[in-house]
Amino acid sequence: MAAALQIVDVKKRYKSLQALGGVTLTVEQGEFFGLLGPNGAGKTTLISIVAGLARADAGSVAIHGYDVVRDYREARKHLGVVPQELVFDPFFTVRESLRMQSGYFGLKNNDAWIDEVMANLDLTSKADTNMRALSGGMKRRVLVAQALVHKPPVIVLDEPTAGVDVELRQTLWKFISRLNREGHTIVLTTHYLEEAQALCNRIAMLKSGNVVALDSTSALIKRISGSQLVVRLSQGKLPDVLKPLVSHPDELLAGNKYTLRINDYTEVEPILATLRQAGVVIDDMQLHQADLEDVFIQIMEGEK
Amino acid sequence: MTGFSTLLYKEVLRFWKVATQTITAPILTAMLYLLIFGHVLEEHVQVYPEVRYTSFLIPGLVMMSVLQNAFANSSSSLIQSKITGNLVFVLLPPLSHWELFGAYVLASAVRGLVVGAGVFIVTAWFAKLTFVAPWWIAIFALLGAGMLGTMGLIAGIWAEKFDQLAAFQNFIIMPSTFLSGVFYSIHSLPSFWQTVSRFNPFFYMIDGFRYGFFGQSDVNPLTSFAIVTVFFLLLAAFAIRLLKSGYKLRH
Repeated sequence: MAAALQIVDVKKRYKSLQALGGVTLTVEQGEFFGLLGPNGAGKTTLISIVAGLARADAGSVAIHGYDVVRDYREARKHLGVVPQELVFDPFFTVRESLRMQSGYFGLKNNDAWIDEVMANLDLTSKADTNMRALSGGMKRRVLVAQALVHKPPVIVLDEPTAGVDVELRQTLWKFISRLNREGHTIVLTTHYLEEAQALCNRIAMLKSGNVVALDSTSALIKRISGSQLVVRLSQGKLPDVLKPLVSHPDELLAGNKYTLRINDYTEVEPILATLRQAGVVIDDMQLHQADLEDVFIQIMEGEK
Repeated sequence: MTGFSTLLYKEVLRFWKVATQTITAPILTAMLYLLIFGHVLEEHVQVYPEVRYTSFLIPGLVMMSVLQNAFANSSSSLIQSKITGNLVFVLLPPLSHWELFGAYVLASAVRGLVVGAGVFIVTAWFAKLTFVAPWWIAIFALLGAGMLGTMGLIAGIWAEKFDQLAAFQNFIIMPSTFLSGVFYSIHSLPSFWQTVSRFNPFFYMIDGFRYGFFGQSDVNPLTSFAIVTVFFLLLAAFAIRLLKSGYKLRH
């Protein structure tokens, strides 16, 4: 079975800027894959190359085994892209836009699926409204619908929830998760890391045009950072033996709140025992499970 | 085929939805040209024997409208889509460069011909017209519309801003049309300008088109046909090459 997305050593330079410095990654069919990175990391450039909106200087990209340059017709039939920019054609209504998008993909009489997509994205009541008259959130829904008109097996969403309300996020993720369960491969870029953590089974992190991490979401969280025990002391000082566990050195100077790194919860009791023996009184205590955001920050800072 | 026909339909629907601006306005402009120039020059200019100036002017105005509107359609559609970003809707699907070329140029030709027909219908009342060779009328109208649709496509691909497109229109398309013999025969020009006019492909389109009405022209219509066809094919090859390479469309 061909990979949903096979990216091999893709390089791209815009004048003096090396946007992509040799990216290699494979997304298997049926995955919910996250592509994360700070602004300017090269996520959109990579997606543009996958979608045929930009040409790579070197390397190759294949969608379901079809090269995006040589077999561009087959490759594009297998791909649906929700662009990051909120673009629309002001001349047409929602239904006209969706019918036309179907037609470009060679589909006639696609109304049954168009109606289903509109219903799933709560667009039915706006079907005959001109695109100009829609709110930003509604335009975003239409962009998603346009990417799905041809039932593409691979769906790429480039920051689909940037600046949209909770309701749309929930509607969107419900529908996209359903499509994923039905076998569609999803590739998502987002700045909302809790979203990526909840949805993606595997994640690649991009920085300055290079892949700096690529693993399953759970392995990434486990590998990089354990849990944290946050204690606030009302009396006494942190014993010297615990000082190496403090994750933020500033806390040693600042006062009475300390964030201690632990690998698992069995380490909590010995720490509390040490504090008791030192005669320290604990005012407040929290256990904090490391999340993708901690991982992201550690990886990005580690790469500086 | 569906991809091509959908894009063609979309491009036609696009100008049809704003027909006041894209069809009615140019017809009114052409009629004003006829009323003003026809009135002022009717008694002073006679280009061909037995053809009054207003009659001579009408085919020129019709062809000028065909050419300008065919150019305006593809160029404005492309530059608007580029600037607003909605060109991605056309770039993401599996449309080939042939389909893109065919749909944009054909839709432009449709607009040019619709406006041309409108100009003809409203101006034909003002003068007596003959139709000596209707086939030449049709052939030159189609070729002219196709050629300017292609030039509009090239300009739309090349331009990154509205003012670049306006420059293309104001410094290339407008002078070429006005200096092609819409309002006069090149035989009435000094010999230097006659020679210059012969390097203007627009001149052959209007001259051949006019031959279809009066059976008289500055140049043999076969020669005009050959020149216009070669020019159209060269431009079409260039436009298709640009689309295939993704020049200024795919980065």
